Amino acid sequence: MSAATTSPTAAGLARRPVRRTPAWILTDSIAITRRNMLAVVRNPQLLVIDTITPVMFVLLFAFVFGGAIAVPGPISYVTFLMPGIFVQTVVFGGTNTAVGIAEDMQKGVIDRFRSLPMARSAVMIGRTTADLLRNLYVVAIMFTVGLVIGFRPTGSPLQVAAALALTALFGYAISWLSANIGLRSKSAAAAQGAIFLPIFPLTFVSSAFVPIATMPTWLQPIAEANPVTVVVNATRGLFLGTPDTGLVLGAVAWIVGLVAVFAPLAILSYRRRG
Amino acid sequence: MPTPAVTAEGLEKRYGEVRALAGVDLTVDEGSLVGVLGPNGAGKTTAVRILATLLRPDAGRATVAGHDVMTEPDAVRAAIGLTGQYAAVDENLTGRENLELVGALLHLGRRAAKDRAGELLGAFALDDAGDRPARTYSGGMRRRLDLAASLVGRPAVLFLDEPTTGLDPASRIALWEVVEGLRRDGTTILLTTQYLEEADRLADRIAVIDGGRVIAEGTSTELKDRLGEDVVDLRIVDAARTPEAIGLLRELAAADPRVDAATGRITLPVHHGAGILAEVVRRIDGAGLEVAELSLHRPSLDDVFLALTGRSAEAAEAAREVAAPPRRGLFGRRRGAAATANVEPVPAVTTEVTA
Repeated sequence: MSAATTSPTAAGLARRPVRRTPAWILTDSIAITRRNMLAVVRNPQLLVIDTITPVMFVLLFAFVFGGAIAVPGPISYVTFLMPGIFVQTVVFGGTNTAVGIAEDMQKGVIDRFRSLPMARSAVMIGRTTADLLRNLYVVAIMFTVGLVIGFRPTGSPLQVAAALALTALFGYAISWLSANIGLRSKSAAAAQGAIFLPIFPLTFVSSAFVPIATMPTWLQPIAEANPVTVVVNATRGLFLGTPDTGLVLGAVAWIVGLVAVFAPLAILSYRRRG
Repeated sequence: MPTPAVTAEGLEKRYGEVRALAGVDLTVDEGSLVGVLGPNGAGKTTAVRILATLLRPDAGRATVAGHDVMTEPDAVRAAIGLTGQYAAVDENLTGRENLELVGALLHLGRRAAKDRAGELLGAFALDDAGDRPARTYSGGMRRRLDLAASLVGRPAVLFLDEPTTGLDPASRIALWEVVEGLRRDGTTILLTTQYLEEADRLADRIAVIDGGRVIAEGTSTELKDRLGEDVVDLRIVDAARTPEAIGLLRELAAADPRVDAATGRITLPVHHGAGILAEVVRRIDGAGLEVAELSLHRPSLDDVFLALTGRSAEAAEAAREVAAPPRRGLFGRRRGAAATANVEPVPAVTTEVTA
């Protein structure tokens, strides 16, 4: 190796003054987001799983349960189901955040980041942003497959876009919850197990797959209060062109509330780690 | 008079009941390479993590490149490079992308980060592999990339935490050459290792750490003077006559001979081992003692420990595991469980004489 290239005093690269600026949060978050997106693109297997899983869910629910589950009103089960599948899938997608963070910690990548004079929040922001982008891709796939098998949203393009945005942002909020679990897990496998513990009941005790009226009476109030129900019902209304303002605001409140609690918590525990 | 690039005074760190550091004092002069030598669990990694601002000490203070690690962590981070026990490279990124990412996070600017990445790939013989994902790299290549990543910001102080643990001998020697190059270029380096041979070859000064404390400090020569340049290991068939053998050999030793109670093996630190070996055999034979085992080798970490603490490094590690049950993380895998998997026998030049 040549001396010139590694000498700390070599000319050509003056040491930058270290003054933390707010702009670092943006630039560092972009760098980390890009890094996390590359991981998805470089792993064809991940990409295939990301693509096939939602398609599989759509097809399974539509064709296997489609005939058995009766839904109220004139809409088909596929039209009823699709908003639920979207939300369920982005919530599951949000669990990737826990796994990704646990993996980075296990491999020592987080140590590398923590030894750099970078914005500390960027590691968390970059991770959740990458998972949001991944979720947007997944929603796009599902929306397309849904249209093919008979999903017929009757809302205006703006209402449909709002429904999709609400769905993706709910996944983003779940990512922040997930980040907290990832930071406290010792391995990717442990993170995966731990995050699904709250996520499974959250997704299934909701109006995502079946009308709440079909559930036992004692379970109904729980299902009604579930944020997944709120978001699914809000997006259903938007897709069908009959938005319920209260539900939409409720969904927005859940998203803002979850991020407001879990984002600072995740960034704080990332800072304190070690 | 050299300025210290790293100072640590009375660093303490506790994990629950476990005292990882019990007051570590350490100085690394600018431009020098200090080796921190000790068994697993001695506190080496904890000390490095504190100096690299990854961990806050419970007590004590430390400065790196003139900045306090507690109050000016960003200034410290801008001045250091860190290579941990496990190569912290992103497997999905190419070698080049890994280096450019570090450059971006150091806020070097796109152009400078790109140039620096190219420069380092060349310097570490990774040009050909530079545009392949790091997951296709061999263990040695990953370590080189990891080391390159820690050099992107031209750090004034470099921390190398067991940089060769788990590497094959050829990669280990290649990495030593890189470290020697950095040292020649004026980088201040603090290197932790379990291998005496490694500290011996690379370090200007060695700090021996055990139980969260520096128990000996000096140049390799100074430490060896306490210990002898070579070690004769000897076991007598009739264990009852071991004291008699020690009596015969004591005056040949450079330091006090020791006996391992369990195996009855006598460890005799000596100077000019090859010359003395013949005398050892003559004396033992002359007394009508029968030799079960006799060997001459360079002092290992175990011998350093035996001489400094009266117990072997392996025993120190075992004692620590009993004293400090691994902490359980909130979700699963036991902390520290992986740490013991890295123990490798210390390479020793051994001359076996079978009697």
